[in-house]
Amino acid sequence: MLEKALVGSKKYWALVFFLAAVFLVGFFFFLKQLKYGLGITGMSRDVSWGFYVAQFTYLVGVAASAVMVVLPYYLHNYKEYGKLTIFGEFLAIGAVTMCLLFIVVDIGQTHRLFNVLLHPTPHSMLFYDMIVLNGYLLLNLICGWTALHAVYKGTKYPDWVKPFIYLSIPWAFSIHTVTAFLYAGLPGRHFWLTAVMAPRFLASAFCSGPALLLILIYIVKAFTRFDPGEKAIRALAKTITYALLANLFLFGCELFTAFYSGIPSHQISLKYLFAGLYGHMKLVPWMWASYALMLTAAVLLVIPQTRNNLGLLPFLCLLVVIGTWIDKGMGLIVGGFVPNPLEHITEYMPTFPEVMISIGIYAAGFLIITVLYKMAISVMESRGLI
Amino acid sequence: MVIDTRVCKKHEPCEECIKACHHAHNVPLIPNKKHEIKWIWKEEFEHAFPDTAHEYLDEYLHDREFIVLCNHCEHPPCVRVCPTQATFKREDGIVMMDMHRCIGCRFCMAACPYGSRSFNWEDPRPYIKNPNPRYPTRMKGVVEKCTFCTERLAEGKLPACVEACKHGAIMVGDLADPHSEINKVLREHFTLRRKVHLGTGPSVFYII
Repeated sequence: MLEKALVGSKKYWALVFFLAAVFLVGFFFFLKQLKYGLGITGMSRDVSWGFYVAQFTYLVGVAASAVMVVLPYYLHNYKEYGKLTIFGEFLAIGAVTMCLLFIVVDIGQTHRLFNVLLHPTPHSMLFYDMIVLNGYLLLNLICGWTALHAVYKGTKYPDWVKPFIYLSIPWAFSIHTVTAFLYAGLPGRHFWLTAVMAPRFLASAFCSGPALLLILIYIVKAFTRFDPGEKAIRALAKTITYALLANLFLFGCELFTAFYSGIPSHQISLKYLFAGLYGHMKLVPWMWASYALMLTAAVLLVIPQTRNNLGLLPFLCLLVVIGTWIDKGMGLIVGGFVPNPLEHITEYMPTFPEVMISIGIYAAGFLIITVLYKMAISVMESRGLI
Repeated sequence: MVIDTRVCKKHEPCEECIKACHHAHNVPLIPNKKHEIKWIWKEEFEHAFPDTAHEYLDEYLHDREFIVLCNHCEHPPCVRVCPTQATFKREDGIVMMDMHRCIGCRFCMAACPYGSRSFNWEDPRPYIKNPNPRYPTRMKGVVEKCTFCTERLAEGKLPACVEACKHGAIMVGDLADPHSEINKVLREHFTLRRKVHLGTGPSVFYII
């Protein structure tokens, strides 16, 4: 089946080589980081997690969101998602791979990474995160691959894979729940110390992931004969809408608790993010942009005329992806560290090498997605399905 | 540990404990504040006790410097989150670090509500002016913090900060022993601990 990814048009190869080249540039900067240390990044004693951990968090959401196509198709037999499911699962494979790479580059002593396996520690949330993320990667490889292989052979997927498919559904929820628990269980980090952290993570995941999936599908549709069908696109747009509304609602709940209770420690990080603290306001324009984008998208997605406008939809999805990305990929992690436990303020912005390493990882992830999508398209073409 | 901040106040700007600790443990002096390593340092009241400070605080307290360090918590969140048990609580209550096992994930730094942990963002060795050959230096990419001088306790000595304080402002003892000197001091003085409401059970007490 993999041979399908080894033959392709010039455009396909151009994309493959471009992504590989970007990955290599990122890798070059990673070698520099290995030599100098994590001091090459913008992180500090006070803001000890930054861009890498934030991208990791965002991408766990993207990975988990595959369940938004898997669940209706396999659990409710929603046939419209038949063609879309494999693409959701393959997006998850790319996203989880990126997550794992972001962890690798964030570790101070990279070669000691396997100490986590050597000294398994069940009271650490990272232990469970390792299990659920690697397990989810494996589940999606099994489910996605066998489903496509069945198409390749012109048969139905084998029965033995069914338990894995059913398992992958709660497992998807677990990866983002455990990721939220990394933050939500820490005393003294009031911004993260909230019971709605996991639900909010899931809500933002289930709008950002399917939005990214739809954008990718539109791109695939523009270059190949593949078409998931209008019904499938419209159904997914509804999922995005409801999840986005849930995400905004849960953020509203956070605002209410913080500001109606009037407890300063619950408000201070929110104030830093949206208004700045004592003149420190690097993230303020980002946060307002994020919520402006999400609110605009929410309004336009709720209105049926704009949501069902298939020409406009990819742009609405773009608003959702960018809005949620700033919220989780910029604000959420840094917000938890400002002010620090002693109420000093140190601001954070990623440095050039840090951004290059991150872009390199994104390139690697999208390279995997490109190859997997190419394979899926070619298999479907060879069977005359598209 | 009990710190008598009244004694510290009398001898400001004394820094003997900080100097002794940082020299004994090869703590580098890094000029870039973002990459700073510190095991024991000074803070103002509103930063050491942010939830106790208020705007009507008397000047005497407001201007006082407070020595802060790892609290060697009874229920240390750093130990709870460490994925490799590189940081662990000893039977005597000291929260220890194994810098050879630490993978540098910095989960402990996010978990510590006292900001007591430092990460080696770069190679610390060029910043150690006068290295102490009896204590190891660290490499880049690991977390470190106050170890309550376990290496000195093993030799029957007092922690470096306690020994360095000529004015006797820092006392250590066994909290678990109700007849210990430290428990007597605690019974006789009004003391504060940092952020007790978080349930971490900090073992450093401040006489105000």
